Amino acid sequence: MTHHTKTLSGVAVAGAFAAALGLATTTAPAVAEDQEKCFGVAKAGANDCAAGAGTTCAGSSTVDYQGNAWKLVPKGTCTTMELPGGRKGSLTALDRDNPPA
Amino acid sequence: MSADGLQREEAFAQALLDARAAVPTALAGRDGRSADRRFAVYRNNVYVSLINLLAGRLPATVKLVGEEFFRAMAREYVEQTLPRSAVLLQYGGDFADFVDAFPPASSVPYLAAVARLEMAWHRAYHAADAEPLTQEAFVALGPRVEELVLSFHPSASLVRSPYPVITIWEHTMRDDDDEPGQLPADGEDALVLRPALEVAVRRLPPGGAAFIEALMAGATMPAAAAAALEQTPEFDLSANLAGLMRSGALVGAH
Repeated sequence: MTHHTKTLSGVAVAGAFAAALGLATTTAPAVAEDQEKCFGVAKAGANDCAAGAGTTCAGSSTVDYQGNAWKLVPKGTCTTMELPGGRKGSLTALDRDNPPA
Repeated sequence: MSADGLQREEAFAQALLDARAAVPTALAGRDGRSADRRFAVYRNNVYVSLINLLAGRLPATVKLVGEEFFRAMAREYVEQTLPRSAVLLQYGGDFADFVDAFPPASSVPYLAAVARLEMAWHRAYHAADAEPLTQEAFVALGPRVEELVLSFHPSASLVRSPYPVITIWEHTMRDDDDEPGQLPADGEDALVLRPALEVAVRRLPPGGAAFIEALMAGATMPAAAAAALEQTPEFDLSANLAGLMRSGALVGAH
C-alpha cells in the first residue's frame, strides 16, 4: 500500500457514507431477488450454465432455447413465460432443442 | 512404484507434452509394432482438451477473432503453460497476459481485456459463496466509518481497461445482427462478482476502480478515497459508496 500524504477529512467521509446509505435504500437491492433455474429459455450463448453434450458452462449453449441449458429468472416466472413456437420453460432439463451430441 | 517405473512414467509424461520428443522406447503397439501413430493421437488429445477448455471459457474472445485464430493462439499458450493442477478450474488464469503479448493478436488491442473479463467472470462463478452486508449492517457501521477496513466477497475482482471492454463484451455476446453501435470513447472498468447465484459485471464510475483497488488492498475509506481522487479529480465518494453497497461486494468490516 502506498501512503498518501493527503487524506479526506473524517467529516467528509462520514457525510458521504450517510449520503450513500440514503442512495442505496432508494434502489431495490440487486442481490435479494429470488431466482430460479429455468431450462430451455436462454438464447444461444446467453445461458448461465449448462449440462450435457455440446456445452460446458455459462455462455456456451449453441442453440436458442436449448433444453439442457438454464438461465436464472425471477422466481415463479419460469414455467409461465411465453417463448416462440409454443415453447415453455421448465425447472428441469428438457429433451428439446439440444445440439447434436 | 519402483524407481524404474517412476522413470518410465516421467519419460512418458515428457514425451506426451513435447510434440518434438520421440515416442518412449518402452511403448509398443499391437503385435509389437511401432506406437508412433497411437501416441500422436494421445498427445493431440491432451492439447485439444485444453484448447477446448479455454474456448469454452472464453466465448466472446473466440467470437472476436474466430475459431481458427483462437485455437491456434490457444495451442501456443498450452504449449508454454501446462496445467499445474489436476483441477482445471484455475487453468488459463494468465491466458489474458499471454494474449497481450501475442504479436499476431496485436491488431485486436482489446482482445486481452475481453479475455480478462471472461476469466474474471469464470472465477467469480466458481468462487466461494458469502453473504453480502445488509443495509442494516451498513447503518450499524456508520459511527466507525473512518477506521473501517472492509472485506470483499471472495468472488469480487476488478478488470480495468483503456478500452470500453464491457460494451465490447456485451456486443460480442449478443446474438442479434446489430449494426456496430456507438462505442464509448473512454475505457471501462468492471467490478465482477457473484453476490448470490448470478455473476454480475458492473461498470464502475470514474475513479471507482482505484477506490475499490485501494479498499481491497486494506486501505481505510479516507485513504482509498484520497487515492481515487488523486487519479480522478471528479471521483464522487457517495455515489461510489452507494454503488458498492448495492453491488453486494462487501461482506464484512473490522
